[in-house]
Amino acid sequence: MELGTFVWTTLGAMLTLAIFSFLYKDNPFYKFAEHLVVGVSAGYWAVILWHNGLVPNLLERLQDGDWYYLWLNSSRPWYLIPAILGILMWTRFSKKYSWISRWPIALYIGIATGVAIPLEMSNRVNKQLYATMSNIHWSNFFGTGFLDTAAGYSEVIVFIGTIAGLIYFFFSKAHTGTFGVIAKIGIYILMIGFGASFGLTVMARISLFVQRIQFMHEDWALPAFDKTNPNYSGWFPAFFWLVGLIVFGYIMRELIIYLKNKDKPKPEKA
Amino acid sequence: MTNKKDTNIFNRMMSIDRRWVFLLLVIVCVTAYFIPFTIPILIEPEVAVIHEFIDTLPPGSIIFLAIDYDPASLAELHPMTYALLEQCFRRNLRVMCTALHPNGPSMAEAAFLDVADSCRMDKTYNGEFFPAREVVNGVDYCFLGYKPYPALVILGMGTNFRLPFPADYYGTPLDSIPLMRGVQNYDQMACVVNISGTSGTEYWISYGQGRFGFPLALGVTGVMGAEYYPFLNSGQVFGYMAGMLGAAQYEKLADNPGKAIIAMKVQLYAHFLIIFFIIIGNVGFFMDKYKKKREGR
Amino acid sequence: MKRQIPVFLVFIFGVFMVFQYFSPHEASEWVYKFLMDWIYIIGIFAMALGIWSLIHVSYDKIKHKRHDWGYSVVTLAALFIMTFFGITGFNENGDWGFYFMTQEGLTNPMFLNFFNYILVPIETTMFSLLAFFIASAAYRAFRARNVLASMLLVSALIVMLRFNPYFGDAFAFYMNKTAAWLLNVPNMAAKRAILIGIGLGMVGTALKVVLGIERGYMGKG
Repeated sequence: MELGTFVWTTLGAMLTLAIFSFLYKDNPFYKFAEHLVVGVSAGYWAVILWHNGLVPNLLERLQDGDWYYLWLNSSRPWYLIPAILGILMWTRFSKKYSWISRWPIALYIGIATGVAIPLEMSNRVNKQLYATMSNIHWSNFFGTGFLDTAAGYSEVIVFIGTIAGLIYFFFSKAHTGTFGVIAKIGIYILMIGFGASFGLTVMARISLFVQRIQFMHEDWALPAFDKTNPNYSGWFPAFFWLVGLIVFGYIMRELIIYLKNKDKPKPEKA
Repeated sequence: MTNKKDTNIFNRMMSIDRRWVFLLLVIVCVTAYFIPFTIPILIEPEVAVIHEFIDTLPPGSIIFLAIDYDPASLAELHPMTYALLEQCFRRNLRVMCTALHPNGPSMAEAAFLDVADSCRMDKTYNGEFFPAREVVNGVDYCFLGYKPYPALVILGMGTNFRLPFPADYYGTPLDSIPLMRGVQNYDQMACVVNISGTSGTEYWISYGQGRFGFPLALGVTGVMGAEYYPFLNSGQVFGYMAGMLGAAQYEKLADNPGKAIIAMKVQLYAHFLIIFFIIIGNVGFFMDKYKKKREGR
Repeated sequence: MKRQIPVFLVFIFGVFMVFQYFSPHEASEWVYKFLMDWIYIIGIFAMALGIWSLIHVSYDKIKHKRHDWGYSVVTLAALFIMTFFGITGFNENGDWGFYFMTQEGLTNPMFLNFFNYILVPIETTMFSLLAFFIASAAYRAFRARNVLASMLLVSALIVMLRFNPYFGDAFAFYMNKTAAWLLNVPNMAAKRAILIGIGLGMVGTALKVVLGIERGYMGKG
């Protein structure tokens, strides 16, 4: 690893710690990092939209035309129409002319919703209903082994669970009598589903934190003291300890403030 | 003013400052990270089927990899991407890729470059020797990049890749890329693997697989992990990797241990800690409730 | 006029796209490709609205020196610096310059460094904060108050402990089997019910939009 790369990695480590400092309390380091990422993200997005979007899809298609003819002499001048419609969308910011932006929005909404109707009906509703109403394997009702997902009883649970879940969400009728019993079964099945989602969500969130530990250790701390690196110099540990010093200084500052204010009476909450 | 009677141990169990919870989580996770041990990774059939499918494809087949995630989902999804790409390139499969999340293209590009570097070394996976090889952009892979509105991009690619993507990420017209000769749309793809941390997965299922009928496998974050089992059951999706565990299972199948397998041991202890907090919170709740009932409150 | 024409446009294009799905005719395919080609370009301009909005809000905050206006300077500076690096770079001869029509900016080392060492660490860390908040939320709010909450809790515990090796291989095996059954059977049934409900809702809403009953996309005025 070169020193330049390590300096950038140190910056990444500092920004990581700045964000983690929010766990203690909101502070200027966190706010700085937060606003920085908003700006960098927006700038990145602008560059990607330009290079991956406008240039290949519009500008290169009009390249053989001349700007002083407003590209009308290019071989594909019709591409100016979506460009004009796209620019018209920016009238949304004007109070007087914002009604013009409705035209390109209408074009997009019309196409997107028209495409959605048959596809969502087919894939979210029809195919799922077909799968629910599949044959139940009565001959294999008890399955093989412990909790067999292909067993008949599992298929019965899927069928009843799906119907009961759908009935639970039907609020146009009061959940009383037989309807209420089925809706009750539905909510029990839904709770199992939400519990499974919660368990996987916990795993997901923890894994994000683990990745940060891996970054701080493998990409920053280890290279800071890796003498087998041919580019290694005293600057590597120097940058590492500089960050350590900043963190230590911040902790000491907070500790001093806490000890100073410890014996002061806390203001009464209104 | 607080009543002294209310500050019993059970009340205190329910009202620990959350910053102590945070500190304890940091200590447990960092300690577990540095303790050397492994946990058994049991392979699920829905993960194994993806590995098997790719392993049995003839050399030269093209796989479409949709790397539709941003840095926020990097922890869980990057290990899947790396393991998959390495497997594809070692088996001389060709890869086409999009990154339909605005903050994703540079990450996807970095994954290709890193795996290409790894392929320059001889490696043995699952007892099979793979010699070093060069992975060349335009010949072994084609990275299309980003376009907004994934649903319409997925639909457009079903007609012709050149419709939404006249050029690749680097501005090279698709018609001049060797890999794209004779490749029009999904019909020339052996399968599509969508690795996503957003609702883009639903677009691939409805607008992609639903309309064009290609084999589709998913790699999703843990947050979305429980949501797509219905599609697996209905056959709309043939394989499914959910979260860090899915990534660890794939790394184990590919015999390519990476960050996911290492992270699972930390996961275990973090889960123990969270379960411990749930237990003490509930013990405090029930004992406090019982106490109040006894005191007639 | 200001509201009728957009409603008419939505109806025309919406109905066309529905019929196009069922019609393999060459003419409908041709119109479909034409419209898709246009929509990608319009979409790019629409995305740029968000960036302009950010610039406008930040500039406004700086101009009127509102609370924490200094951070808006950071935002704008970062945006313009990132854009500058994205449109400059080194070509294959090593010459530095502005490259608007070619993609040298995407491989500019400074552009990539800003992405890899500023955007990636901050974004990943921001989302990793959720690990702490979920631990805190689980501690404070996850109470087995009734049967339903208990079922949710037990289901979550089974999924969380599925790869636990500490109570023997047999425990790990059966726990994993239970978690797999839970995910593939009752969880799958629950999610399917929700999916069908969402699908019907989406189709209903899309029909309302196409038929002009739902006009929220037009905004006020």
